[in-house]
This record gives sequence, C-alpha cells and structure tokens, in this order.
Amino acid sequence: MGWRLGRIGENRMSQGQTGAEQRLVTPGMAVGPSAGMRAGSGIIAKNDEFIATRLGWLQTQHNTVSVNPINAAYMPRSGDLVVGVVAEVRNNLWFLNINGSFQGLLPMSLAPWKVEFGAARIYMDVGDVVLARVQEVDECHNVVLTMKGVGLRKLNQGAVLDVPVQHVDRIRGANNERLQTLRDLSDCRIMVGENGRVWVDGSSDGIAWTRNALQRVTNEGHKTDFDALMAELEQLNKGDA
Amino acid sequence: MGGYGDVQLLRDDGKRLDGRALDELRPVTVEAGVLPAADGSARVTHGLNVAVVAVYGPMEAHPRKIQRQDRAVIDVRYNMAPFSTSDRIRPGFNRRSREISKVTAEALESVVLVERFPRSKIRVEIEILAAEAGTRCVGITAAAVALADAGIPMRDLIVGVASGKIEDTVVLDLDKAEDNYGQADLPVGILPNTGEVAFLQMDGDLSPDEFNLAMEYNFKAAGEIHDIMVEALQRRYEGGEA
Repeated sequence: MGWRLGRIGENRMSQGQTGAEQRLVTPGMAVGPSAGMRAGSGIIAKNDEFIATRLGWLQTQHNTVSVNPINAAYMPRSGDLVVGVVAEVRNNLWFLNINGSFQGLLPMSLAPWKVEFGAARIYMDVGDVVLARVQEVDECHNVVLTMKGVGLRKLNQGAVLDVPVQHVDRIRGANNERLQTLRDLSDCRIMVGENGRVWVDGSSDGIAWTRNALQRVTNEGHKTDFDALMAELEQLNKGDA
Repeated sequence: MGGYGDVQLLRDDGKRLDGRALDELRPVTVEAGVLPAADGSARVTHGLNVAVVAVYGPMEAHPRKIQRQDRAVIDVRYNMAPFSTSDRIRPGFNRRSREISKVTAEALESVVLVERFPRSKIRVEIEILAAEAGTRCVGITAAAVALADAGIPMRDLIVGVASGKIEDTVVLDLDKAEDNYGQADLPVGILPNTGEVAFLQMDGDLSPDEFNLAMEYNFKAAGEIHDIMVEALQRRYEGGEA
C-alpha cells in the first residue's frame, strides 16, 4: 500500500522547542526513547518511545519524563484544600462547585455544625463560599468533602478570585514562601485552593492589588519567568500592579 | 458529487481552474486560543473555508443516560452559519450537520484519551463561518487544535484532509467547483505521527489505484497541515518557560 506511509511526522518530532532546555511539546510528539526512564504525567510509552499527550513543557526529573501542561482542568485528589461554592442543598447534604468536572458532596456529618435533618439550608445556602478539604475521591470521580479540620470554615467576607489550576503550586512557592510574599505585599488574608480559587480578605485596596497581581499571573504565568514576575510585583507599590 | 457533465475542471496545461497543481493544498492558516470564554479554541481557514471551534470540559455528562462509567463522551456540534454559503442556510441542525457531528465525534473519540475522564463529557462546538467544500475536514483540524489548547490529553493531533477525482484525475483538496462537478470525494482524518486513519468517508467511485493515490496525497497534505497546527500552538505560547 503506497499510501500507508506511517510516521509522517518522524522527521519533525524532535522539533518544537522554544528554548535551549525547555521544550514545548504537542500531543503526539515523540519526546525521546523510553529505555531507562519512567513515563510521568502527560506521557505514554509506545514502541520504545515516549509520546506526549498534552500541550505543555517537557520536564525530566529523577528519571521521570513528564509534561507540565499549559492548560489543565482541576482533578480533585484526596487531601486537597479547595474553595467551594454551594450549588445545591438537600435535606442532609450540600453539593459544592469546586471548579472541577464534578460537584463535591459535603454530607452534614462532615460539616462543622450539628445539623438537624432537613435544616441544612439554615447553615449554608446556595451561593455561600466555604473552605473545605477533599476527603475522598473514588474511581468514578465522586468527590466527598469535609469541613472538619483546622481552618476549614464558611467564608463570610472577602472575595474569591480565579487562577489557572496549573499555576497554583507556583503561586504558593516552596513552603508557601511566595504566598507569604503576596500576603505581605497586599496586607490581606489569602488562601489558595488547589482548585484554582483564591480567597482574599482585607481592605478594598489590598483586594484590588491582589486581583491585579493574580490577573498578571494568569496572563503571563505560563511564559514569564515566575520569580521575575514576583520580583516585579514586589517592586510595585500597592495599587499600581 | 453532482457529476462533471460538460464542466471543464482541468486547464489545458494540466493545472486546476484556480491554478493549483494536482497535489497542491489551498492556503491553510491556524490560530489557537481565539475565544477567551472557552477552555480551548481555534480558528482555521482553509481556502475560503473558515471554521471556529470552542472546547468546553471535561464536565459532568448530562443527561445522565449519556454517561459512560469508564470513559468520557465527546459531544460534537457541527453547525454552518446561515451566511456561510451563497444560499442562506436555515439555522439549526439538519440531517447533514447531525451526520457530520456524529462522524467527527467518533473520529475524535479515537484520539482523545477518553478513559481518563469517566462519566464526563467534552463539548466541541464547530461553527463554520464560511464554506467552500471540505468543511468537515476543516472542522476536524480546528477541533484537534482547540482540544490541545484546552489541555485535553490526546494520542495525536488529528488532521482532516480530502482528495477526490475530477475528469478521471485524482486531485488533492477539492474546491467548490471540483466538489460540485467532480466524480469522487475522499475525506479522511489522519494521525500524522502514527500514520493511522481515524475517519474515512467516500462519496463517488475510485478504483483501487486511484484510492491509493488519493490516500498518498492525503497523507502528504496531512503532514503539511500538521506542521501548521503545531506551529500555531507554539506561537500562542512562544517565548515561555515552565
């Protein structure tokens, strides 16, 4: 079969890099031999070769090849701290929008109050914002949340801002150092949920500054050196970001 | 395929009416991330065809009866704008758009790693703003770029491309006149890196030799379009560092 050429892109597979060390890879692009290496997130092994499955930056750490995606949906994991919005209320549970594919379920037994059957709406109604933790995720993506824990509560004031899920770890930094910098600069209380929602509470100027700073992270976080961006934010006076 | 009758589709110098060689594509441009409200989006122009695709999800599949416990479903809606052709198209779905939505969804399902998202739905909205033959292929190409832009994991970037037959001659990428008055049309969805075919339709008749030649043209063109798609995705995020 003359038309069955196969592997048309073979000669182009090693292309697609925009920097000397960082490679921007697209789905289907071969990223190297699989011998002696492990396939991480965003990588599948096929015919002794690793193939990227997502658009993102190629990373190799500890013999593991992975793709750091440029865009990603939030996939809940047990233990995640999330900022949720009440979407539905039943007699004995709440459904929370946690910015994922599926709503999270918060049963009244895992709420911080002693709730009577049928009285769930008295404690939290549709639209209320809570800080919760993911208790359990099953193989069908059913998510159970809990509000039993230190600091988990209903958020009665402040603002909720959205950031790309893949930037959450970078906004926090190692040991929350960057997050602490943001708190100091804005003079606000800031909680960053793993689900890409950030709760900010403080003066209106502080919230506005944080909103602008996070907007810059959203717009430029994928392509600008993150430390440089944070340093630039540090240089800016409050309200000028 | 309206039959070629007396319509001359090849010039005396062996080229086509628009001056293209037999195995030459119409100009193709791809742009990623054109719709800020969508999770992923793309605009593809292919000749006079213009397609805009928006991707949303993965999200919980509704109604629940469409959920699959072990994988995501891909919900494709192909729609031609009323102003996309010279004759106004009645808005809304019709038999043709339903068929193209279905075959496109099946082509994309074989590329997207649907098993990663059980009970979920990935919505793909294909809007044809201008049509000049080959819109289903343009829609597939644009959908692949939009899915990649949305961060949906895929085995490859699928490319839609078509060949056909006019005046007993196999040609690549039929334009409107060739589509209307030609003898055959062979749209395919190709995975360029693996060389697999995820989608194939044939309208009209081709001999085995003509079929092989048409597929050879399609594979060659798929490689060219794939390069443009990759470049568009890289251009959107160029100059970046992880």
